[in-house]
Amino acid sequence: QKLAEAILQEKKDFNISIHLARSLPLPSERDHLRPRIDLIVFMIDIKSKYSLKNVETSLAYVDASFFLGKVCFLVTGVGRVNACSIDTNAVCKLGEAYCSPVLFCELELEGVRGATAQRLLRILQICAGHIPGVSALSFVSLMRKSDVD
Amino acid sequence: GQKGKKKIKLKTVGQRYFIDGQREKKKQCDYPPCLLTHCESVDAQKIAFLLRKAWTLYSVTPLFRFHRARLTEYARLLSAFIAAEKRKGLAVEVGVELDIKVALTSLADLRGSELDQAALLVQLSSRSQASSRNSEDKLVWSGWFCSMFGDDFSENVLEDFTCLPLFLSHGAESYTTLVGSWFQKTFDCCFRRLAISPLNLSWMVAMWAGCKLDRAASAVELVFSVPCLSQPLDISYAIHPEDAKALWDTVQKTPGEITQEEVDVFMDCLYAHFHRHFKIHLSATKLVKVSTAVASAHCDGIVKILHSQYLPGVLMLLTELAISQIQ
Repeated sequence: QKLAEAILQEKKDFNISIHLARSLPLPSERDHLRPRIDLIVFMIDIKSKYSLKNVETSLAYVDASFFLGKVCFLVTGVGRVNACSIDTNAVCKLGEAYCSPVLFCELELEGVRGATAQRLLRILQICAGHIPGVSALSFVSLMRKSDVD
Repeated sequence: GQKGKKKIKLKTVGQRYFIDGQREKKKQCDYPPCLLTHCESVDAQKIAFLLRKAWTLYSVTPLFRFHRARLTEYARLLSAFIAAEKRKGLAVEVGVELDIKVALTSLADLRGSELDQAALLVQLSSRSQASSRNSEDKLVWSGWFCSMFGDDFSENVLEDFTCLPLFLSHGAESYTTLVGSWFQKTFDCCFRRLAISPLNLSWMVAMWAGCKLDRAASAVELVFSVPCLSQPLDISYAIHPEDAKALWDTVQKTPGEITQEEVDVFMDCLYAHFHRHFKIHLSATKLVKVSTAVASAHCDGIVKILHSQYLPGVLMLLTELAISQIQ
């Protein structure tokens, strides 16, 4: 919730609408009213294994075309290493399996929240095609390069 | 935390076991032959003091210029330090003026391999001045430094340093602070409370629930704390030890080795079973304590070792945790 607000507060010159959902699929009644989805951010709380399971099951409902750079995983709560219930390797493997970037952040801290909002906004701009010369597909090739390293 | 690819080597008699910290997280659960179990002269009495006590865990950075030959001198200095602090007004016991005696002992066999430093035991005893000459000293606090197969850590350390990354204390925290500050001042080291994450607790319960025990074992218990409620709620989940072991036996593929996947499967089975009965998702709560017949551990970094046979294994795991907190 707070992250959504932070994103909306960032200076930008285009309209964003953010839809928060606990899991997928989204209720089909509103399908015809829904605008084009440019980016899906899956949030995983490092303190809750349940959130990882939830994301894994929700992934099945996402159309394959989204995985060409329009999906991103956001791992929250990384500030508290001692409350970690999830193996970070597993999350990175998930990111690799779905060719999508994995971002780590701590939403409790306002500064980090703002920075995360900016990063997501930047990713969103690229996904929506607002940056000439850079498409969402670039994320996929960037992922592959770092894998080779 | 874990930084990049970390390879931990465990040296045993003639063989090397590799744990790759990055891709496939594996742990060795059958500890290699260590000096503790193989030394003929190990007195069961000696290690009896370790068992059935709640130890508070700390990670300790290497000690600078620590000389094992000077133990009596160190004991004298620590004793003087404690007396001085008391006079300053940091009294630890109200009422009877207690005279604190310090004893430092080296426990030569309490280590994993030759590369480990022998454990160091610190004991504080009191003899009440008011009582008769025949009164015995009463042990008021004990703490010990240890390294169980911590060779990967000590390998890269310079000569003047002694590596004993794990510290366990039992007794009043005021004494722990006194002893800790003396060590920190004298050997330029740093003590930090060792917290245990839910992830590591689940490793522990999986490893220990699978241990073979000859005697009748106590139940395997997991305690969860439920977040985001107006009143804190703790859920205790007890499992019959034989059921837990049977479940673990179906999950573990290679004897002597455990992977993160196997631990996940084990925990998921337990969560699913609970959910079927109570419709509660334990995976959304925080695992705070695990208890088995081998040992119990709390996320605040408090451990109780109950079984001498698995003492080296437990210490090896704790040493590894301490090292990863330091690095």
